[in-house]
Amino acid sequence: MPVVKAVTCPVCGSLCDDIELTIEDKEIVKVKNGCAMCESKFLNYNGKHRIRKPLIRKDGKLVKATLKEAVRKTAEILAEANYPILYGWSSTSCEATRVGLELAEEVGGVIDNTAVVCHGPSLLSVQEIGISSCTLGQIRHRADLVIYWGSDPWSAHPRHIERYTTFSEGRFERSEWRGYVAKIKASIGRKKIESVLRRLFLKKKPTVPSSYLEGRVCPTISREGRKLIVIDVRRTKSAEMADYFIQVEPNKDYELLQAFRALIRDQELDVDKVAGVPVEYLEEVSDAMVGCNFGALFFGVGLTMSRGKLRNIDAALSLVRDLNTRTKFIIMPMRGHFNVAGANTVSTWQTGYPYAVDFSLGYPRYNPGETSVVDVLMRKESDAALIVASDPVANFPRKAAEHLVENPLVVVDPHMNATAHMADVVLPSAFVGIEASGTAYRMDHVPLPLKRVAEPPRGVLPDEEILRRILSEVRKIKRKKQVAAEAQ
Amino acid sequence: MELLVKNGFVYDPLNGIDGEKMDIAVKDGKIVEKVNERKAKKIDASGMLVMPGGVDIHSHIAGSKVNSGRLLRPEDHFKDFEPKTPITRSGVGYSVPSTFTTGYRYARMGYTTVMDPAMAPLEAKHTHEEFNDIPIIDKASYPLLGDWWFVLEYLREGRIEECARYVAWMITSTKGYAIKLVNPGGLETWGFGHNVRGLDDQVPYFCITPREIIRGLCKVNKLLNLPHTIHVHTNNLGKPGNYVTAVETMKCVEDLALENKPAIHITHCQFCAFKGDDWRTLESGSEDIANYVNGHSHATMDMGQVIFADTTTMTADGPFQFALYELSGNKWVNHDVETETSGGIVPFHYRRKSYVHAVQWSIGLELALLIRDPWKIFMTTDHPNGGPFIAYPKIIAWLMSRKARGATLKKVNPRARSRSLLPSIDRELGFCEIAIMTRAGQAKALGLKDKGHLGIGADADIAIYNVNPETTDPSRKYKSVRRAFKQAANTIKDGKIVVNDGEILKHVGGATMWLDVQTLEPIKITEEMKRKFKEYWTVEYENYPVTEHYLEVSRPITVKADV
Ligand code: SF4
Ligand SMILES: [Zn+2]
Repeated sequence: MPVVKAVTCPVCGSLCDDIELTIEDKEIVKVKNGCAMCESKFLNYNGKHRIRKPLIRKDGKLVKATLKEAVRKTAEILAEANYPILYGWSSTSCEATRVGLELAEEVGGVIDNTAVVCHGPSLLSVQEIGISSCTLGQIRHRADLVIYWGSDPWSAHPRHIERYTTFSEGRFERSEWRGYVAKIKASIGRKKIESVLRRLFLKKKPTVPSSYLEGRVCPTISREGRKLIVIDVRRTKSAEMADYFIQVEPNKDYELLQAFRALIRDQELDVDKVAGVPVEYLEEVSDAMVGCNFGALFFGVGLTMSRGKLRNIDAALSLVRDLNTRTKFIIMPMRGHFNVAGANTVSTWQTGYPYAVDFSLGYPRYNPGETSVVDVLMRKESDAALIVASDPVANFPRKAAEHLVENPLVVVDPHMNATAHMADVVLPSAFVGIEASGTAYRMDHVPLPLKRVAEPPRGVLPDEEILRRILSEVRKIKRKKQVAAEAQ
Repeated sequence: MELLVKNGFVYDPLNGIDGEKMDIAVKDGKIVEKVNERKAKKIDASGMLVMPGGVDIHSHIAGSKVNSGRLLRPEDHFKDFEPKTPITRSGVGYSVPSTFTTGYRYARMGYTTVMDPAMAPLEAKHTHEEFNDIPIIDKASYPLLGDWWFVLEYLREGRIEECARYVAWMITSTKGYAIKLVNPGGLETWGFGHNVRGLDDQVPYFCITPREIIRGLCKVNKLLNLPHTIHVHTNNLGKPGNYVTAVETMKCVEDLALENKPAIHITHCQFCAFKGDDWRTLESGSEDIANYVNGHSHATMDMGQVIFADTTTMTADGPFQFALYELSGNKWVNHDVETETSGGIVPFHYRRKSYVHAVQWSIGLELALLIRDPWKIFMTTDHPNGGPFIAYPKIIAWLMSRKARGATLKKVNPRARSRSLLPSIDRELGFCEIAIMTRAGQAKALGLKDKGHLGIGADADIAIYNVNPETTDPSRKYKSVRRAFKQAANTIKDGKIVVNDGEILKHVGGATMWLDVQTLEPIKITEEMKRKFKEYWTVEYENYPVTEHYLEVSRPITVKADV
């Protein structure tokens, strides 16, 4: 049985590239090294929601069509539109995005990627403040303090901790895995005792986070070796394994960040609590931040999408920047989709801007809040849409989704998702990273090759190829129009 | 296709041609002896300069750092954009232009070859993907190797030949062109937020000094027979007093030079020619450096000229960029790359009225004028660190005309003016010297045999500028010279006319040049290396190299190594 090694996992922004796949009769039968999300993707991608034939809406119903017809119809829609939007891109290859940008320029549309609904604020903040960052290996080798803020890697980026941070083995810092196992055992013991006590006294679990109840502030924070801190509104899985968990009151992240900024400058806070957390705890944590050799702060949509959005990230980036006058500190957004970083990257090198790029004046314009798709849709300005590898109908605000489906809509996707159900043309595509090769950028901007390890269904093409065909068809239509105009 | 460039004043210094009126014949993308006059397409270049296409030895145009710079600076793009035309793609400027715009702007100035000088090996694919989107010009990139753990470890152990083999593997794997060192030792030290202070400072945990790294890689360079020398961004860059470090850096490889051949290239020398104890007492160290260079033949350098403009600084020198952030308070990006290197970005505005900036401006020109041999110093701005490359015509005017220098000098900070050496320098360069400093010398230093000249067999990369050397005195009419170099009358790339009067006629894909370094025995991937790979990087060995399919127009150059 052939085994393909060093396959890059096309699921989350950790982009683990050590997956081993066993192939039998052209099918993936076994996945090694991957997490549960990865396994389920490689084993189940070919499920019942798979689209196998192009579809075109006729008399209100989606009916099968040839690829040529569907491409032709798509090109007509885009060529006729005054202000089409081209959206998605974070779950496809950089090569596809590259063609997408050319297409957007050709039809004078707005091209935007899913960053707009997750780490858009992070990018805007970076443009204001900058960012102190690095590749993930740097953290593996050096970080003795790792903080996850508003992000639950254990659930959303399952191998992040093991490959890149606390549990990874670096040149200057060892893995904390053993310590964690010991801790788990201890906590299982403690939980048993607790449950016995509960049964005896019929008491409810304490509602205050237990770490605040223990006698000492944080027994582990001053110890040697790598430390893990989790800051979140909920006690997540990741919080369970942290040396220190700070439960911040919902929408109070900004206050907490500003408190840290003051504390690391050795300023006193004249309140007892910030965001529901006693100040002494914060002082300990800020001491750990200043005292570490190399600190890393990862933040997720818990921070970018909670109240304050932009202000939160501004404060987080500033905190880390300021920490660099005391020690070495870096910060990194936990990018969700496997290639959302790549979509931003390609867009930036071709147009100067990472997302929300408007070509309607013939050159790239960028003004998130105005040129971002959701805003274009809310203002009901677009008159057609091409969606690639994304499901905005399921994710966008209702009003935006309504305007989206009111106009001609084309979906390029391997799956029959909610948006595809509402589309006028559906073009099935190969799964990038399984049935199509290409390049993706990890959350730290390290480019990795995506492999083609299985055959797509017959006649189903990769996004890149589909987009090329649409582009050339659009150009044909435009040329014809021009000739006709000149003849008149 | 055949082409005949007729009656121009040809400046082809590598072939000893200094402004002769002659024709240049082109066939199938190469310069040939003659073509069929009746059939060939003719370009009338009478009354104009004909030069080989421009060559830029050091300009940050692609890759992860440049792209972070683009991302960081939307305000840089808002006022400077280029709409799509039936031929060209749209894009933006100014100091960090988007890819397409970069290619067009270079081509418009008659440049056809540009070297990107800083590629983090782990992110090499990014550089090459961007190269594919930079049209017209040929490109290559230098992998950053001065702080790579393999290099530090093998050099420390004195295993120079093994080090050379790994460097060969790395250059070929990243599709790179030369060995780049940036603040050697300092970038590894920056991993924990510190820096080295000089050539003999130890790199923490690695027991090696910058001097040993520079000398080691200089030897490696020779063992591998690479076409260019080691390309060095010195320690202590951007610090007052650092001219000493620059001179010491050149000195430290003096004994490794063979037969008067260059052994080291000091890049953007202006940034390491500072005298004085601090910013207040800053002075020019250009005389000391020029004296050294004039007396030795093993070093070449490029200017890193400062332009008074709003620009974006970006280097692999993480600690330098951090210092610049602290100095300016501007926004700051840091990007360290595991096992290899670091990087930083800070927007920066050079102002005429600032003492320090005006001194820097003066230093660059002083170096270019005090170093007597134009084959030793080349024109760059270290784009975009000293200013964007579109300012080259200004520098040409300053170099050719005392009057042009005087006009700018009048407007700068008075204290800087009174200390500047420029008023005491009468030298004004001629077109031949400009041709050396902007193409011939650079191509020679890079070992690019088919570039930078118009001899038979050379690549037909030609620039035609609308200025008549017989009737125009560049010293007085420097503005016409500036105008002519800003927009080439014609740029010819691989025998195709791509620019006419500054307008792009064709969007062709430029090639990516890279070294296929062949060691005596093919490099075997040992178990040791695989083990180290797993330990050192977070990507798999198989996914690391840049495969050739990443290069849309690949131009490998085979190099036979001695190890
Ligand atoms: S952590 Fe993310 S990239 Fe890694 S295997 Fe799991 S889903 Fe894939
Ligand atoms: Zn540089």
